Amino acid sequence: MPVNAADTAWLLISSALVMLMTPGVALFYGGMVRRKNILSTIMMSFAILALVGLLWVLYGYSLSFGADNGGLIGGLDYIFLRGVGQEPSPVYATTVPHLAFMIFQAMFAIITVALITGAVVERMKFSSLLVFSVLWLTFVYCPVAHWVWGNGGWLAKLGALDFAGGTVVHINAGISALALAWLLGPRKGFREKQPMEPSNIPMVAFGAGLLWFGWFGFNAGSALTAGGLASSAFVATNTSAAAAAFTWMVLSWIYRRPTVLGIATGVVAGLVAITPAAGFVSPMMGIPIGVGAAVVCYYCMLLRMRRGIDESLDVWAVHGMGGTWGALATGIFASVAVNSAGADGLLLGNAMQVLKQLAGIAVVWIFAFGATWVLCKLVDVTMGLRVTTIEETVGLDISQHGERAYGGMLR
Amino acid sequence: MKKIEAIIREEKLDAVRAALRDSGYLGMTVSEVSGHGRQGGLTLQWRVGEYKVDFLPKLKVELVVLDEDVPKTLNAITSAARTGEMGDGKIFVLPVEDAVRVRTGEGGENAI
Repeated sequence: MPVNAADTAWLLISSALVMLMTPGVALFYGGMVRRKNILSTIMMSFAILALVGLLWVLYGYSLSFGADNGGLIGGLDYIFLRGVGQEPSPVYATTVPHLAFMIFQAMFAIITVALITGAVVERMKFSSLLVFSVLWLTFVYCPVAHWVWGNGGWLAKLGALDFAGGTVVHINAGISALALAWLLGPRKGFREKQPMEPSNIPMVAFGAGLLWFGWFGFNAGSALTAGGLASSAFVATNTSAAAAAFTWMVLSWIYRRPTVLGIATGVVAGLVAITPAAGFVSPMMGIPIGVGAAVVCYYCMLLRMRRGIDESLDVWAVHGMGGTWGALATGIFASVAVNSAGADGLLLGNAMQVLKQLAGIAVVWIFAFGATWVLCKLVDVTMGLRVTTIEETVGLDISQHGERAYGGMLR
Repeated sequence: MKKIEAIIREEKLDAVRAALRDSGYLGMTVSEVSGHGRQGGLTLQWRVGEYKVDFLPKLKVELVVLDEDVPKTLNAITSAARTGEMGDGKIFVLPVEDAVRVRTGEGGENAI
């Protein structure tokens, strides 16, 4: 197929939009930690932008999208971008240069690894995080991306729908975060209920704004063409974000006061939940999906806190459970009238689709938790996961990076 | 000479400054401090639920006055800063050895 200029322009812009989400995560997470750990939290996302940006062109893309091996993993044919050029791929996004599809996918891999860092802030050793990131990308992200999106991937063949990454990105990151936080243990003072006060909520709001903006590339870009489907996914995305943000604000208000931290969290929950559904449901379905996302994530977060688990920035509650709800909701609200490549959902009389979605959810839950546990143990016994107690007390900004966010006595 | 250190509510600064001006004292040093007395902490909200902060934001007003002005200054600050609720703050009075005005080099009571 010849290269389509409009599709190419849209996919390149979308790639840039998704790239901006990772600095968005840096600010979103950075503002929620204590003052002494802001930089270390931001650094995690930026280091992953650099690290995964390299690994992806070296071998990550090939493992995910290379020639299929039994539905489980891609081959090494695209290693070092061999054969990935200006001509379209014969099977992926056939109207744009193969390079454009490759870099679009790179941004997804980067943000997925960055999302996990919310679980480990304020206590994980930086060098261990880097090693863990390499292992996790290679042994968890690449296989799951191949299963769901790769040509011949076994979950795709099963018929589980995932438009823009509800399972590959959000469930995968959320469940892995839970396993990682579990092995890492809580922050010093967490069990004693010391206040872990967010140091910069305006920064959280700015990060959430960048995420909302970038998510249009994430979801509408996943149409891989510039046209009706991209527009439909765009509107569904905005509608779900708005519905979830508003719902979270109301829940917070019922509890006591409507908070900025709450509405910013609601935005992200709504965006997560619409991700697998965006191009398979009619845009108005963004409302029930968004409202459901806020309710599910809000109560999962409360549950997590009551259980005393220090999964610090709630990657499990927002991405794991928001993604689970979204994947399930795709099976409920999907319609072939929106996307002929999709399927009808429960509301249109196809209960089977819900079962297929549940199968996809279960597989990623189990694999992500188990594989992350093993990789994490490996890093723990070889180099240790945590900083020392004194390094943690001083703060990771100084102990891991030798700088501080707000320096200088003199104005 | 005595040094007055008054810990007051943030919102009472303007009233305290006006009362001190009326007592003839124009200069002072103000700093943001946090602390707590008998008053409980502050309850803030997280993404869900809430957490307690033990130390509350207060302002510390410092100035040095002549011995004979101590009663009227204390009176001025007390009446300006009081709400009658817990958390109105505290005032401490300390002896001062000496003082120097940097611009002129004047010392002792002439410097304040």
